[in-house]
Amino acid sequence: MKRLLALFILLLPLSAHASLNVFACEPEWAALAHELGGNDVKVYSATTAMQDPHRIEARPSLIAQMRRADLVVCTGAELEIGWLPILLRDAGNAGVQPGQPGYFEATRFVTLMEKPTRLDRADGDVHASGNPHIHTDPRNILRVSEALAARLIEIDPAHAAEHRARGVSFSARWHAAMTGWKTRAAPLKGLPVVVQHKSFSYLLNWLEMRTLATLEPKPGVEPSVGYLASVAAQLQTTPAKLVLRAAYQSPRPADWLAQRAGIPALALPYTVGGSERASDLFGLFDDTLDQLLKAAP
Amino acid sequence: MLRTTLLVAALAATFPAVADPDLNALRAEIQALKSNYEARIQALETRLQQTENAAPVALPAAEAAPVQSAGNRFNPDISLILQGGYTHLGKGDKRRITGFMPADHDSTPTRGFSLNGTELVMSASIDPSFRGHLIVALQDEAAEVEEAWFQTTRLGNGFSLKGGRFRSGLGYQNEKHPHAWDFADNTLMYRALFGEAYGNDGVQLKGVAPTDLFMELGAEAGRGANFPGTDRNRNGVGSVALFGHLGGDVSIAHSWRGGLSYLHTQARDREASLDDLNAVEANTLFSGKSKTWVADLVWKWAPEGNASERSFKFSTEYFLRNERGTLLCQDNTSDFGKCDGTEGAYRTQQSGLYAQGVYQFMPHWRTGYRYDRLNTGSVDFGSNNASLNAVNYSPIRHSLMLDYSPSEFSRLRLQYSKDKSMQGLAENQWFVQYVHSLGSHGAHTF
Repeated sequence: MKRLLALFILLLPLSAHASLNVFACEPEWAALAHELGGNDVKVYSATTAMQDPHRIEARPSLIAQMRRADLVVCTGAELEIGWLPILLRDAGNAGVQPGQPGYFEATRFVTLMEKPTRLDRADGDVHASGNPHIHTDPRNILRVSEALAARLIEIDPAHAAEHRARGVSFSARWHAAMTGWKTRAAPLKGLPVVVQHKSFSYLLNWLEMRTLATLEPKPGVEPSVGYLASVAAQLQTTPAKLVLRAAYQSPRPADWLAQRAGIPALALPYTVGGSERASDLFGLFDDTLDQLLKAAP
Repeated sequence: MLRTTLLVAALAATFPAVADPDLNALRAEIQALKSNYEARIQALETRLQQTENAAPVALPAAEAAPVQSAGNRFNPDISLILQGGYTHLGKGDKRRITGFMPADHDSTPTRGFSLNGTELVMSASIDPSFRGHLIVALQDEAAEVEEAWFQTTRLGNGFSLKGGRFRSGLGYQNEKHPHAWDFADNTLMYRALFGEAYGNDGVQLKGVAPTDLFMELGAEAGRGANFPGTDRNRNGVGSVALFGHLGGDVSIAHSWRGGLSYLHTQARDREASLDDLNAVEANTLFSGKSKTWVADLVWKWAPEGNASERSFKFSTEYFLRNERGTLLCQDNTSDFGKCDGTEGAYRTQQSGLYAQGVYQFMPHWRTGYRYDRLNTGSVDFGSNNASLNAVNYSPIRHSLMLDYSPSEFSRLRLQYSKDKSMQGLAENQWFVQYVHSLGSHGAHTF
C-alpha cells in the first residue's frame, strides 16, 4: 500500500503539465494544431498517413493518450466511428466528451459533399453525413483553422494572445499559399481523372478537375478484376489522364488500371506525412500539386 | 484593343478634316466594343466583390447546419447480430470436459444446423452524465439479458463507474461476445471457467492512469450468482473481481496488452453431476470458496500499423483456480452407485491455457490456429475419495480456421478441430459458420 502511494505521488507531476495536450485523430489536424498552438500545445497524432483512418483499432496506447488529452481534434462525420467512441468510453476523460469544449469535430465547420440520399449498407460503407475527407481542399483547412484557433483560445485563455497571433499569421500565410496554388494549378482545370476511393473529392472540386470513375465499386469495397475491366472499358470511350490513390491505399487496383489504360498512377500523400515533402500542411499541397502537374500531360 | 484605339485616335488626329463615312462607322464600332468590354469588366468586378463579401458569411452558414452523426439521434444505436451455421461433431453425448466441474451456461455447440447466437445490441447516451448499453441474446424459448448497464461519462480523472449486469473486465476474451471471437467455438479455458464468460450483476469502478504506458485498474463487486459461484439469497457482496492491464505500442507496427485478474466467488450447494467410481452418475453439491487467477497477453502486428492488407494477432491466457469447501455426494446406491450422501472436504487446484494466432494474409481473408490445454491438477474429495474418482487427465484441442469477410459487417468461417477434451475420445469437429451484423457500425476493440 505504501509503495502504491509512493508510485501515485511519483505520477502526480506528470498530470500537472504546463502545455495543452492535443489528441488529433488524423495527421492533418495534428499539423494544424501544431501551426495554431505552437509551443503552447503538445500534439499527439493517433494515426499516420500510412494508416486507413476508417480501420483503426482502439489500441491501449490510444486510450492512454486520450486519458491525458485536454483537446481532441477529429474529423467527425463517422470517419472514426469504429474506434473514437471506444477511446472516449474507456479513457474516462470527462473534458473531451462530445459536447464539451475539449471535443472538436472538423466536419462541423464545413459543408460536406456527397451526402448520400439513401442509407443502406448494400451501398457499401456509406457515411450518412457525407464525404469526411474534407482536408484535401485548402479552403476547408482555412475554415477549420479559424474554428480551431477560437477553440484553443476558449480552452486555454492563459495563452489567448499567442493563439490569436498564430491564428492570424497562419491565416495570412495560408491565403497567400492558396493564391499561389490556384494560379499554378490552372493547367489542371478540367483534367479528367480516376480515383481509387473518394478520398480526393474536395481536392478535385477545388481544382475543378473531373472525376470520371471510382475504382471502388462501392465505398470501402475493394474492386474485383471484373469491375476494374469495366472501368478500363469505360475509359476507352472517355479517356482519363491520371489514376489517383492515397499513400495508404493498396497500389494494386490503381497500378493495374494505369497499365491497362496507359496513363500514370499517382500515390498522392493524402495527408501530412504521406510523402517526404508533405511534412506539414503547406508541404502537403505543394507536393500534391507538383505531382499532379508533373504527371498531367 | 488599346493599340487599335490608339491607332484610330492617331489617324483621327492626323486627318481631322477627313470626315469619311467609313471612318465614322469604324469609330462607332470601336466605341461600341469599348463600352461592351467596360460593362463586362464591371460585371466581373461586382461578382468578385460579391464573392469576397460572401466568403465570411459562408462560414457561419456551415456552422449553423451542424453535421449530426448517426449516433447522436435520440434513438439508441441498434445493431443485430445474426450468427449460426453447421456443426459436425462426434458421438459423445454428455460433451463434458473430463475432470472439470461443468459450468451451468456451458456453450457447447450443437450438432447439425443451428443458430448459435442471435443478439440485439442497443446503446446511447442517457444524458450528459451517463451512457447505457443493452445486449439481449435471443433464443427459442427466451430472451436472455446478457448485459444491461449504465456507465458514467463525467467522473473524470480516468475513472468510470459501471452498474447493472455486465461482462467482467477480467482477462482478455471475457468481454468479447461470441460474434467477436476469432474461432467458431469457445476456448476450453473459458468453457471450464465460466461456461461462456463471466457476467455479473453489480458495480465496476475502473481507472486509467495519466501515463504514456496504458495502465488500467478495475474492481468489481457483485451478486456472484453465476458459475463458479451460486445465488445464495443473501444481502451483501457475493463476488469480487480485481483486474489490472498494461499496454502500449512497441513501434507503429507492434502493439500489446497484458494483464492479471483475480476473481473470488462463493457457492452454496452448487450442483454438478459426476461419474462415480462405479461409473454411475452421481449428483454432487459444492459449498465453499472459489478463487480464480487469470493472466492474459495480446500482441498485434500490422505493417506500418495498417491492418487492411496484412495483420497478425496473437493472444494467450492462463488460469489457475482453487476451490475449497465441502462436497456432498447425493445417495445413488439405488442405481448401484458408490455415493451414500456423505459430505466431505473438497479441495482442488486446476489450471489451463489457450494460445492462438490469427493471420490476415490478404484483404478479407484470415487464417488461424488455436491450442487449448487444461490440467485437471489436484482434486481431493476428502472422505468422498472412496466413492468419487479424481481423474488425472489433460484435455487438449487443436483448431484451425479460415475465414472470409466480404465487408466489415459479414464473415464466413470454416473450422476444423481435433478435440481431446473428453477422455477416451479424439474427435474430429467441423464448423461452418456465418457472423453478420446489421445496423449501427461495430466497435473496433483491441
